[in-house]
Amino acid sequence: MANMNLYSRGDRIFVVTNMVLIGMFAISTLYPFIYITSLSFSSGFEARAGNVILTPVQVTVEAYKYVLSDPQFWISYKNTFIYTIGGTLMSLAFIIPGAYALSRPQLLGRRFWNLTVAFTMWFNAGLIPFFLNMRDLGLLDSYFGIIIGFAVNGFNIILLRNFFESVPQSFEEAARMDGANEFQVLWKVYIPLSKPAIATIALFCIVSRWNGFFWAMVLLQDDDKIPLQVFLRHTIATLSDDQEFGATLFDATYSFETVSAAIIVCSIIPVLIIYPFMQKYFEKGILLGGVKE
Amino acid sequence: MSVPSGQGVTGHLQWLLRHFRREWQLYVLLAPTIIWLLLFLYKPMYGLQVAFKDYSIFRGVAGSPWIGFEHFHTLFGSEQFLRALKNTVIISFYSLLIGFPVPILLALMFNEVLNQTFRKTAQTIVYLPHFISSVIIAGIVITAFSPSAGVINTFLGWFGIDSIYFLTKPEWFRPIFVGTGIWQEAGFQSIVYLAAIAGVSPTLYESAVVDGASRWQMMWKVTIPCILPTIIIMLIIRIGNILEVSFEMIILLYQPATYETGDVVNTFIYRQGIQAGQYDFAAAAGLFNAVIAFVLVVTANSISRRYSRTSLW
Repeated sequence: MANMNLYSRGDRIFVVTNMVLIGMFAISTLYPFIYITSLSFSSGFEARAGNVILTPVQVTVEAYKYVLSDPQFWISYKNTFIYTIGGTLMSLAFIIPGAYALSRPQLLGRRFWNLTVAFTMWFNAGLIPFFLNMRDLGLLDSYFGIIIGFAVNGFNIILLRNFFESVPQSFEEAARMDGANEFQVLWKVYIPLSKPAIATIALFCIVSRWNGFFWAMVLLQDDDKIPLQVFLRHTIATLSDDQEFGATLFDATYSFETVSAAIIVCSIIPVLIIYPFMQKYFEKGILLGGVKE
Repeated sequence: MSVPSGQGVTGHLQWLLRHFRREWQLYVLLAPTIIWLLLFLYKPMYGLQVAFKDYSIFRGVAGSPWIGFEHFHTLFGSEQFLRALKNTVIISFYSLLIGFPVPILLALMFNEVLNQTFRKTAQTIVYLPHFISSVIIAGIVITAFSPSAGVINTFLGWFGIDSIYFLTKPEWFRPIFVGTGIWQEAGFQSIVYLAAIAGVSPTLYESAVVDGASRWQMMWKVTIPCILPTIIIMLIIRIGNILEVSFEMIILLYQPATYETGDVVNTFIYRQGIQAGQYDFAAAAGLFNAVIAFVLVVTANSISRRYSRTSLW
């Protein structure tokens, strides 16, 4: 389609209108981020007066100074890293071997095991039984609980299993000739061949861990263990609900709006850094796992 | 693997033994995943029985006495629950009605962009919000819609409209929630349709060009009919997931003043169960929700499978 010539004037009008509309949609997607960034660099007075529209007004970094000097910010930032890295590694440690076993034709009861995985995608016991189970397992308020409790996800297993199944048999034959066992075939043949699929899953895990909020809020009580998202939520909720506290924070240089905006910016930056890497993979990833014959 | 026949039970056992001796590694690889699923997803299904019990923390799930359908009785007599159910369906319906066509439209529009740099840049931008956490999105919404500092009220002020405290107004909750969802997900959802469009055979366009079709005509006569199966499948899946409202976002955006229009089944469960500690009652609401959702999803999937041989699993 792309290399087709434009024939008529009507076509040209169509193409230009289309580009303008897409441009507008892209701008409206981008604008809230620009707005928040500008807010975070504006003075509290101007922010509160609603004078920040596009660019920072009375540029200042006071809001960042306030945020970065809060020890709780650093504690939760560190925790988010722990949950993201630990959780992603934990997920891969379960998903890669599991998906590999499920992809092998000689596995007895393969249909049954696949169904065991797939059923969890259709039916979920819900919030309360999951919560009670975590409590019964003694996993409330623990790093390990968060890391292990969300390690496996049926969608990711099936996505990787589909990928493993698409690897031609001929690739492993040489290894089999050399007497490699299943562990070695997985490690030396399948994992190297499946780097893009594994990277896709790792990126899905990283993003969902980095952004994870609800269960961290429910399962963690101790401030020393909360991740950034919960800290951000607490900050916004306290500041916007408690007008008095909001007012004490109100200062000519920073206000709760600029402080919230600064935390938002700090928490988006890592996502923006890995986003270009992700883009390479997620389009394929969706199509690989989303629809299966 | 076929089991050799005609050797009786011992033959089978010997075969099994040989199989496990040779293939035990596969089962070692599979075991962690299965154990995890049993421990974290299937065990809670067993725990669903609290929906039929008078649950007490000290007696535990198995030890609490059975009370039958009492919680379900209370549930359907509860105005709050019925309201939550109604809100879930209404919010889902609006999201579907308004949110469903947008990604299709976006994909069609992206397809008509000839400048690849422009197209890539625009796609990069519109996919981005999908990767941003709901806490941040909610934070942005709360800030942008705030009565004093929010940019929305500043805009309204230019037109002489008095500032509105949007997030405390029940009539504004659904539009803001649905709009936020579209803003966040429409771009990302367009990927599926773009893939479908990429699969349309170029010869169809070539013959359309020979027939002197304009780009507008080609979009209507070639592209849309070709991606129609994808559209229908996505629609069926969306209808199947009608009870799936992203309640995380609702928890972040609603407040008692907007429960009237914003409280959905999952947020109701969260408040009654986790916040108020009525685990058994809330689990009953959850079970009801899960069973309906299960029936809807399975039905949708089997319809989609029959229609197109394509299904979610």
